[in-house]
Amino acid sequence: MSDARPDSRSAILARLRAAGSGGPLPDLDTAVLERRRWTPAERVRRLRQGMEAIHAEFLEARPDDWPAVIRAFCEREGLRTLLFGPTTEAGRRLAEAMAGSATTLRPYDAPVETFKAELFQSVDAGFTTTLGGVAETGGLLLAPGPREPRLLSLVPPLHLALLRASTIHDTLWSAIRALGWGQAAPQNALMISGPSKTADIEQTLAYGVHGPKRLVVALVDDLPGSPK
Amino acid sequence: MHGETDMNEGGPSGRFAPSASPLVHPHVVTERSPATTSDLSFRASAAKALGDVQLRANFRRAMDGLMAKRAAQFPDPGDLQELRDLGTAVRARSLLRLPELLEQLEASCSRNGIQVHWAETCDQANALILGLLQAKGATRLVKGKSMVSEEMHLNAFLESHGIESLESDLGEYIIQLDHETPSHIIMPAIHKNKGQIARQFSQKIKDAKYTEDVDELTALARKVLRQKFLEADAGLSGVNFAVAETGTLCLVENEGNGRMSTHVPPLHIAVMGLEKVVARLEDVAPLYALLTRSATGQPVSTYFNLISGPRAEGEKDGPREVHLVILDNGRSRIYGDPQLQATLRCIRCGACMNHCPVYTRVGGHAYEAVYPGPIGKILTPQMEGVGLRHDLIHGSSLCGACSEVCPVEIPIPDILVRLRREATHADAGSKVAGKGTGRTAAEDLAWRAWAAVLKRPGLYRFSVWFATRFRRFIPGGLPLLKAWTMSRTKPLPAPRSLQERLRSEGLPRV
Repeated sequence: MSDARPDSRSAILARLRAAGSGGPLPDLDTAVLERRRWTPAERVRRLRQGMEAIHAEFLEARPDDWPAVIRAFCEREGLRTLLFGPTTEAGRRLAEAMAGSATTLRPYDAPVETFKAELFQSVDAGFTTTLGGVAETGGLLLAPGPREPRLLSLVPPLHLALLRASTIHDTLWSAIRALGWGQAAPQNALMISGPSKTADIEQTLAYGVHGPKRLVVALVDDLPGSPK
Repeated sequence: MHGETDMNEGGPSGRFAPSASPLVHPHVVTERSPATTSDLSFRASAAKALGDVQLRANFRRAMDGLMAKRAAQFPDPGDLQELRDLGTAVRARSLLRLPELLEQLEASCSRNGIQVHWAETCDQANALILGLLQAKGATRLVKGKSMVSEEMHLNAFLESHGIESLESDLGEYIIQLDHETPSHIIMPAIHKNKGQIARQFSQKIKDAKYTEDVDELTALARKVLRQKFLEADAGLSGVNFAVAETGTLCLVENEGNGRMSTHVPPLHIAVMGLEKVVARLEDVAPLYALLTRSATGQPVSTYFNLISGPRAEGEKDGPREVHLVILDNGRSRIYGDPQLQATLRCIRCGACMNHCPVYTRVGGHAYEAVYPGPIGKILTPQMEGVGLRHDLIHGSSLCGACSEVCPVEIPIPDILVRLRREATHADAGSKVAGKGTGRTAAEDLAWRAWAAVLKRPGLYRFSVWFATRFRRFIPGGLPLLKAWTMSRTKPLPAPRSLQERLRSEGLPRV
């Protein structure tokens, strides 16, 4: 299939090569990106500021109590079902903490085809971990996969994300480098900065157009020197 | 549901008039046959748009807001210039290595399980996509926003083959309901106000009541479109950047419809113009920073999605197949000219239109082109023929606002001037589509007369004497003068020529 039209491919490449556009490659001066550096505490502040400006919400937690913080949030909001990936370490801890809760934990452990309509119609929220954050603009970095499927952070109307303060990078540029995505990009990776939004009607911002209407970040303060 | 066809401003017949057969797109000119005659008139449609008070108010308000928001995102002119220089260098490097990077992209994508296809023309790309859909028996396609698919008139093509091709970006959905084309590359429904959208929704969406509340209108579209995502057999998206080294397709969006279209249905087809490739993933970071800030004045979009493959072993969702269609449609010809190649640096942010005094006044539909505004004025004529779109090349004051804000420093005014020359001169070495076909008999005659007068001193002196002595009696309706006097006062020659004045001052004859 991929070479159904080898003639088009070679004709296009031949035309491009015939252009003979040579010359030295201009240098890439990345100083403007490298300058953007902050202390860990400042990174947390910037990330929150950037994301709160576009309606992301934050729950403050410690390394030992975040599952309880999430449970309290779910019950306070009256969420009936919370979809999650059961095989991550965080997923296991959450499952322990949610035992007996009014919010039912629903594991995303089978192909989406087996419960697509249910996913779209009756799941209240999805829980995911993150690989980190981006301080400069605000944003969460995720690499969905077998353990935490792609639609977990997209289809349920509320996305609950776990972020550890120590994993916040300065910029998207430095995050891509630090995570090694440029060498081996995950099957799917993404940055999420807030709930789904649009300004297509008269430039008026409206939230929750296709994806989650709310993005709630459980921010775990695991910076050195913070109270345990 | 046709991507093209009628526009509510009712442009002149021809370009967007519904054709008898949806397969015939008279305005999509393949690179082998650049059209030579023009039935399109930016001049006429711009004049009409200028008289539409509502339209002008909608655009003025939107463009003022976008300019202010962009400016607020670039508080430090030094940083901005450094970032632009970096973005420009990234794009320039990509273009310098374009054939090599495209081959690398193909190899990386194949390694990742993304199947790559090449199309020289829009017709080829449409046929390819139809084949992919038919092979899966797909009849319901949901689309994320893609300007290349607009270029291909893909919706009309697929509908004519019995496949529902539904736009899911809210703006695109709004205009598709009215059978309109986008009036802006980032905000396709920017020409409409909420009253117009409220009426449209209440008439065209089942069980919808009339409301002008933007949240309620958005919720209405959400309800309709979520069902469509759930049921879709296939999803289609554009590509903001394609990374050669990693085989990654980058998608920038706020709504989540792009993720829905690319991750929910079992089949994902991405389409891109061949210029979209960059070498490394980290190269994308400065382009992304420039794109969202320049386009809508956002430091970051809600989603920045990196797709490097279909559903992998053990994954529970995601498409089973991902295909990438790489479209040429005249781009390789543009690439062949060292100056015009800069056109291909574009990252489609739309800042040039947001800052253009012409675009702000006439709106996007007046251009009668897929790509409106300054970038459209240089891209459309190069794709469709400089003679055919002669009026676009001249519909600019060359004020330079576009190149001043362009995040990748495309010298749009310089390219416009170059294309103006190409339209009237058929230089042997030029690769420009339709070169020389914009020459008119009147213009030709005027230049000939000019040359004849300048070559004959006696005739020249007589002409000068005549023009200065009878300066008030030259009729403004003369063929060439009329083009000037239609909207300006008639220029009045001086009472004496410079030569005469110098002589009367006692200076020697020069």
